[in-house]
Parts: sequence; structure tokens; C-alpha cells
Amino acid sequence: MGVKNIKNKKPGIVNEKQLNIKGGKGYLKQILFIFLVFLIGCSIDHPLNNPYSLDESEQNILYSSFSERPKHLDPARSYSSNEYAFIGQIYEPPFQYHYLKLPYELIPLTAVEIPAPIYYDKEGNRLPPNPPEEQVARAIYEIKIRQGIRYQEHPAFAKDSEGRYLYHNLTDRDMESIYELKDFEQTGSRELVAKDYIYQIKRMANPQLHSPVFPIIASYILGFAEYSGTLNQQLKKIRAERKALAGAIYNQELEEQQNPIVLDLDAYPLPGVEEIDRYTYRITLKAKYPQFIYWMAMPFFAPMPWEAEVFYGQGPLLKRQISLDWYPIGTGPYRLAVNNPNKEIILVRNENFHGESYPSGGFTGAKRLGLLRDAGKPLPFIPRAVFKLEKEDIPYWNKFLQGYYDTSGIPSDSFDQAINIGPKGDADLTEKMKTKNIRLSTSIRPSTYYMGFNMLDDVVGGYSKEKKKLRQAISIVIDYEEYIQIFLNGRGIPALSPLPPGIFGYQEEEEGINPFVYNWMKNRQVRKSIAEAKQLLKEAGYPGGKDAKTGKPLLLYFDTTASGPDAKSLLDWLRKQFKKIDIQLVVRPTDYNRFQDKMLKGNAQIFQWGWNADYPDPENFLFLLYGPNKKVGNNGENAANYENHVFDALFEKMANMENGPDRLKIIKEMLRIIQEDAPWVWGFHPISYGLYHSWYQNAYPNMIANNTLKYKRVDPVQRKKSRREWNQPVVWPLILVFSLVIISAAPAAVRVYRRERTEQ
Amino acid sequence: MHTYIIRRILYAIPILIGINIITFILFFVINTPDQMARLHLGMKRVTPEAIEKWKEDHNYHLPIFWNGSESGIKKITQTIFYQKSAGLFIFRFGKSDEGRDIAHEITQRMWPSLAIAIPTFIIGLMVNITVSLFIAFVRGSYLDMVTMIWCVIIMSISGLFYIIGGQFLFGKILNLVPISGYDSGISVFKFVVLPVLIGVIGGIGSGVRWYRTIFLEEIGKDYIRTARAKGLTETRVLFKHALKNALIPILTGVVVVIPQLFMGSLVMEAFFGIPGLGSYTIDAIRSQDFGIVRAMVFLGAMLYIIGLILTDICYSWVDPRIRFE
Repeated sequence: MGVKNIKNKKPGIVNEKQLNIKGGKGYLKQILFIFLVFLIGCSIDHPLNNPYSLDESEQNILYSSFSERPKHLDPARSYSSNEYAFIGQIYEPPFQYHYLKLPYELIPLTAVEIPAPIYYDKEGNRLPPNPPEEQVARAIYEIKIRQGIRYQEHPAFAKDSEGRYLYHNLTDRDMESIYELKDFEQTGSRELVAKDYIYQIKRMANPQLHSPVFPIIASYILGFAEYSGTLNQQLKKIRAERKALAGAIYNQELEEQQNPIVLDLDAYPLPGVEEIDRYTYRITLKAKYPQFIYWMAMPFFAPMPWEAEVFYGQGPLLKRQISLDWYPIGTGPYRLAVNNPNKEIILVRNENFHGESYPSGGFTGAKRLGLLRDAGKPLPFIPRAVFKLEKEDIPYWNKFLQGYYDTSGIPSDSFDQAINIGPKGDADLTEKMKTKNIRLSTSIRPSTYYMGFNMLDDVVGGYSKEKKKLRQAISIVIDYEEYIQIFLNGRGIPALSPLPPGIFGYQEEEEGINPFVYNWMKNRQVRKSIAEAKQLLKEAGYPGGKDAKTGKPLLLYFDTTASGPDAKSLLDWLRKQFKKIDIQLVVRPTDYNRFQDKMLKGNAQIFQWGWNADYPDPENFLFLLYGPNKKVGNNGENAANYENHVFDALFEKMANMENGPDRLKIIKEMLRIIQEDAPWVWGFHPISYGLYHSWYQNAYPNMIANNTLKYKRVDPVQRKKSRREWNQPVVWPLILVFSLVIISAAPAAVRVYRRERTEQ
Repeated sequence: MHTYIIRRILYAIPILIGINIITFILFFVINTPDQMARLHLGMKRVTPEAIEKWKEDHNYHLPIFWNGSESGIKKITQTIFYQKSAGLFIFRFGKSDEGRDIAHEITQRMWPSLAIAIPTFIIGLMVNITVSLFIAFVRGSYLDMVTMIWCVIIMSISGLFYIIGGQFLFGKILNLVPISGYDSGISVFKFVVLPVLIGVIGGIGSGVRWYRTIFLEEIGKDYIRTARAKGLTETRVLFKHALKNALIPILTGVVVVIPQLFMGSLVMEAFFGIPGLGSYTIDAIRSQDFGIVRAMVFLGAMLYIIGLILTDICYSWVDPRIRFE
């Protein structure tokens, strides 16, 4: 039958089919043409790979990213840099750090001035400024805030014509059309008053909030611990009543989700915090603590209106996931417009911002770097800042190169692409970066990363001469200069003590050298030789890496959470360092939880740890070796469990001193003690590398300040131009691939066609 | 059939309870409530008092399975296991350790997961079936051989390579799509096109080889020979007869994964910044958030069971010879 059909076919019919086939090709051509027109059309004004909407392209918006969603945006709870990146722009503590001054300097933010503490003795007599610590029974800070500062527009402040709060008694019915904060029709604002600062300090004592700085605040503010105890009792009482009422089915978590407990913080006295007048409040400390002023520059001490807690404490709102921990309410230059940490967080300018000017002075060289071009101009410059979630480095880095992020760090994998390290170790941008007019800024972070010895350990711990020599020998052979080059691409400096540069007490050159690890030769520090380390090891009782008494090789154990291929090279390197003096290092990989347990119980022998400064004071680093702050038993931050009574006594003296020659002398003495005892192998202080596009201005990496967004400026026109230039779509490979597919499929199609015809 | 489905649903209950218990035990073997508290309270200045308070607020201060200090039924209800797990069976997932409602998060995050998974699944299925049918049609030819070699190559390459390579090629070199990101509404298209393309390409190797095997098996059967003997064209034989009968084994693998599409892709979502359930699960594992892990495992198990039941139902639909008893 099929054969018959073929025979019956006339040439004309075949031609008609051929025409049809041609018609099909024409159709394909049309599709291709439309596609090309679309691509070209889009590319004229808007690159195809632009992840943002078209209408944003010329707007004055800052684009940045975050890699980890913030856990808390409540200033009483938040204690991490990725959260401060947001709340630092919204909440305003009384003080802030000067953006451009080094060493870091505190200046007023909402306060009228930086208050000097007033000291009193036990009898209540006023003491002269800066008295000896032992004489001080009370230290009083009186903070006066500026008048006329107003909160952002917020439904918590909305009132009706009779002055009653509109949204303080919400029911489920009221919430039927409300899913987000912006769905509230009415908003309001009010003036910032001293009571708001007092309220926030009280919130830190609220046991429901788990404020991470509660222990330190409780140890200084008069009556704070007792106040928190009272609140805790009240909370327990309410929970016990609810449990009795609900019976066997009581589920505390679920119950409080539907019917939250809002403790009345003003119902109980807190003698350490008082309101003097509408704009002045007083904080009374139980002892001299000069560093307290630094804490008051952190969001923990930002104001919180009572209306916010009443508003957010309503069950119907919590059911909609609207909470104070999610939607901040502040007086700062920005307010939170969108909080979708699964995708993006958007800050917009606070319409009620009290106003501030760009600093007119700064560190030497600030002018040369163009950082004072906007001096005196009103802040903030950028009305909208968009932070996108970018979990992986590769897409984040590529989007920066395409101009879709204004600023970026440098992922390790892309370091060589961005930076050339010169023969003298100086970093410079690669040609590729220079052609894009990208700028580099480096800054040593106020952080320290170290390798600690557990001082309670039988082998590496202890304070005898032999034990010190063992640790000193190890300190010599672990070559952190090499570590920084290999694993950090040069982004760090070897540490000589816990103090990083920029912190009072840090000494440079010969004066700051650690004489137990380095020699000073030809105006530079040179790590001591392996021979010297071996000699120290011998004097420690381990000649040739063997126990002189038993003859057994010296085995040391390194506990680490590092794992995976990247960690392997690091651990191999570490083994190699110990091997230089014939010590065998046994790596004990452990998960984070077990590691924490080991540290708490003192079961680790050698470990790695780090610390980021809370504030720029040597006390905030040297307390990491203060005896009463030991990890074992006291759960403190002294992970090495180091305890030297001379050091501790000096620390207690130094901690409460003002910066000056006397304090410096004590710090030097303390550093010499710990350098000799060597409870840590002084690791490194990281250097932060920041890249900025040419349209991103006033970029200065202030490593302590949290509220720097207001100083930044972008040029959206230049950005748009660069984006367009850098992101022209390349279509021809697609056409080529498409053609190749057609061509390669053609023989098969022909074969199918022929086979079908044959079968017919 | 209704009896059969009800019976299968009832069978699922002890399975889900078992999964719940295993998840619970495994999680608490690895993480004690103290460790969870420490992780959530942060690295700095965490005191034993703070840990105790955190546990109390999150119900982790209770005994795990048996509360000897309580009386009557409270011995069971006032335990971590009951408080954290009982609600799952009425889809009350509770709160994450960050205080967010898990059910709310799941409903928010399942849409981005589906926006990737559904097109990848449908397009992938169509491409795989079409290519494998075509390959079956030209079986034994050079084209068959070349395609199979390509399939093996595609299968051998890590999925991560397709993701990074795809981002590099289409997002960075050709500048045709955004490298990563997500948006709602019509804008979602430009963000999902690359993940979908990568998903489809990455699945071609295994898909085509599997379907090809199925089709070749069908092609060797008597009814195909009969169809050919009747003088039907090869395309008609393949598309009308072979495809219809090959649906049974295809359904075995396909229907069971449909409910799983909700769960998202762990790696794809992380690399493309897609706020789906895959990244939600990974984040929860990293942060040791038991509430979310437990909810996602429960949901995953339940969807798998639903998938199996749906597969059985589809069997009877595509092959009337199969009857449930």
C-alpha cells in the first residue's frame, strides 16, 4: 500500500510539500528574528542579565548583599555584625564612632555630649575625676539627649482623634486584611525622650529576650540583676498559673505564641537607671568601668518606645509573624521597608530623621582619598538600600563584576582575579579590575585569631619553666607569616600579642616585638630559628621531640571543627610545622557541639579560636586571658584557661584606667608576661579587603562603627552606563549552537523521513 | 479501591510515627538541648544561666520522653517529644528556634521551589521521552551510539558543574540571564529560566537512558510486531502503541516524585539564591534548628507516601488489568 502511494505521487505534490517545508523554515526564521529583535531591544537600555527591575536602573539605590539571614533585629538581642548591618542604620544609641577618625573616637549621636562619669565613694562623697578604682563605690553617667528627635512613622504610634492608640488592642478580626506592617492604614510618630532609653535598658533584663550582654550589664548597673530576678519570678508565676489552668495539654511554647506574656517593665524599680527630666537620664554603676561608654555606642543601648512593645506583644500580630524582632522601630536615618531575609532586605530613608552632616575632618590622608568631598552635606545621601541574599561566593562575585553590587569583599577563590601581590607583599588591583575603575581599600580588622594551649592540660599546660619553653618552641615553629601567605592570600598580619593595630597598647617595630618568638634584625622582626626552637624543646624535657624520661615521642592533640578538602591542606600544613621540631601532631576532628563541650570541660589540648572587638579598648582583648574569665568552671571567654595572678592583678588595675602613659606601661608589662607564658601561639590579625565601584563614594572601612550607610553615596547615572557597557548580551553562540543542533539532527530527520516513506 | 486507599493511609500513620521517633532520637543523639542553646545564643558571652533560660523558653528544659516529676498523663505530655512532635499529625509545625512559624515559612517558601521544580519536571519529562523515543526509533545507528555516549558523559558530570558552568556561560559570558536571584510575578521568568535549563540538561543523561531501555523493551514485544505486521508506520507504532504501554514503568518513577517537588532542590536553590524549601532545610540543618528539621523530614516522608499511593492509583488508571484488593 505504501509503495503504491509513492508511485501515485506526482512531482507537483512533492513540490507542494517542499514548499511546506520551506514555509516551516520561514516560520523558524521568523521566531529567530523576533527573538533577536527582543534581545537587541532589551539590550539597548536594559541588560538582559540585570537582576533588578527596569524602573530601578537610574534610581539612587545602593545594592549590597548578605550571606546569612539575620536572626534578630531586636537591639536587646542582636549581637552579630550581619545583624548590625541593618539595625545599626535604624536604631540610634546615644553615641557613635566618628566615621573618619583614627584612633576610633566616640562622638554624640542623639546625646548632646559625651558625659564624663562622676565618681562617688562609699560615703557618698564625690571623688575627683579618674580616681583609683578601689575608692569608687558608684559611677554615674548622666546622658542628655537632643530635643526634637522623632521616631519613624509607625502604626504603634497611630492615634485616633481623641488621642487613643488605634492599634494597641487588636483582635483577630482586625487582622483579617493585615499581613505585613505596611498594611496598617494609619501611622504616627512621637518625640524621642529619655524614658525610651531607660525602657530599652530594662528590656535587656527581661528574661524572655535572652539579651546576650545581660551578664556584663548586670555586673555593673546598680540593681540590674535584682530587677531581672524580679521579672523572672513574675514570668515563672504567670507560666505556672497558665500551666495549672491548661492541665495536661499545656504547651508553653504554643500558648505563648497565641497569647504572649508581656511583662510590665515599669512596674518594678531599677535604681541604677533613672529619669532626670524629659531629655536626661542617669545610669549608676556599682564600680568604675570606663569601657561602659563604649557599650552605650552599641544598639543594645538604643531607645525603645514602650508603645512598640505593647503593639508587637499582641497575639494577633504574632500570628502574622509581625514582631519587634522582625520589624525594628527607630529614629535613625533609615527604616526597614521590606524584611524578607529569604530574598532581600530593603531600607529606605526615614522621613522623620533628625538630620546630621557629613564629617568635615578625619584621619590624615582622608582628604587625599576624597573622603571629605561631601563635608558638611546633610545625611543620608542614599534614599534606598537593597540587600540581596547571596549565599554563595561565585554568583555574588560575578554580580559585583557586572556592576549589580556596588561593593564587595574578595572571595578566596577569586583573589588572584582581583589582586596582584607585589614582590614586597604589597597588594594592588589586577588590570581587569583597573579597567573597570574598581578601587581597593584595605583595613586591619580589630580582631585576633590564635592557636590556644589548654593551660590545664598536663602536657602543654602549666606554668613551670619547662612548660613555658615547650609552648615557646611551638610558637616559634608555627610560621604564621607563611600561613597568611598560603591560606589568607596575604590578608593578615602576624600577631605579637592579643592586641591588634588601632587598639591602645599596640606597639609597632622593635618596641612591640615578641622577644620569645622573634629577633630584631636589620630593622625588622625575624622569626627565631628552628635550632633555637629545638634547643627550647630540649630544655623543656623533650630533646629531639622525645620525652627525656620515657623516651616516647611527644604527641600533641589538635582539636578542630575544620573538615573537608580545604581543611585538609591547612591541617597538613600544621602537622608540618610541628614536625619541624619532631613533634607529632594528632588532629582530632570534631563537630561544633563536641568541640564546645571539650572546651567547656577542659578536654581539648590545642585549639584555634578568635575574637572580634566589641569596642576599641585593650580591656576587650586582654580579658581573654584574665583568670576569673576562664572557660572551665566559669564559662568565660578565656578559652586557654590561663591564670597568672600577676597578670590578673595588672588587668584589674589597667581595665579601669583612662588611656595614658600609666596605662600603657601596665599594658606593656602585661604583654611581656603573656608573651613569656605563651598561652597562645599569637596567630594573626586579619586584613579586610574591600572593592568598590567608581560610582560608590565615601567608602571607608570603619571597622568599629555600625551606622556607616548614611555616609555612602552612589552615582546611579554612571552605574547605569557601566552596567550597560559591561553586560551587552552575546547571542551568536546561541545561534551557532542552535544551528549545529539543526544540522546534526538533519541526517537523522532525513533518515526518519526516508524510512517512513519506505514503509508507506 | 477506596478501601485500598484508606488502608494505605492508615498504614502511613505508624510509618510517620516511626520516622518521627527516629528523627527525634537521631537529632538528640547529635545535639543536646544545651548545645542547641549555645549555638542559638551565639559565640560570645554565653552563660549557663542564659542557656537554662533559653531551654526553658523553648520547652527544652523538659525531660525527653518521660517526665517522672509530673503525674498522670502529664508524664507523657510534659516531655520534649510530645510537645515538639504531637502537633505534626495535625500539621501544627510549631515555631522555629528563631521564633518564626514553621507552617507559615513552608507556605511562603514552597512557591519558589515549585517555580523551579514544576517546569524542570515537565520539560525534562517531555524532552527525555521525546529524545528516548527518537533514539529507540533509530536504535543501533550511529546517532543512537553518539547519544548514549553523550548521556553517559552528562550523567558522569557533577550537578554542581552544570550550575556553576551555566551561571558562568549564560549569566557572565553571554549576559543573557541574571546569575542568581529571585523575584515574584512576571519577573520570575528571567530568574527561573537558567535553573530550569540546567535541571533539564542535568537530567537528560539518566532520563534518556532509562526511557530508552523501557522503549526498547516494549519494542521487542509481540504486540509491536503485530502492529508492524499490520503495516503501521514506525512513528505510529512508537507513539501510539509503544509509548502507551511504556507508561506503566514510566509512571513508577515519575508519579512518586511529583509530591517531592515541593521539597525543593538543596544545591540549586543555594546557588541561585532561590528562597525555597531546599535552602530552608539546609539552613535549618546548619543552625541545628530541630523544629524545622523535624517538620521537613515529616513533610518529606508524608509526601513520599502520598507519591507511592498516587503511583498505585495511576497503575490502575493506565492498565485496567490491575485491580486493588
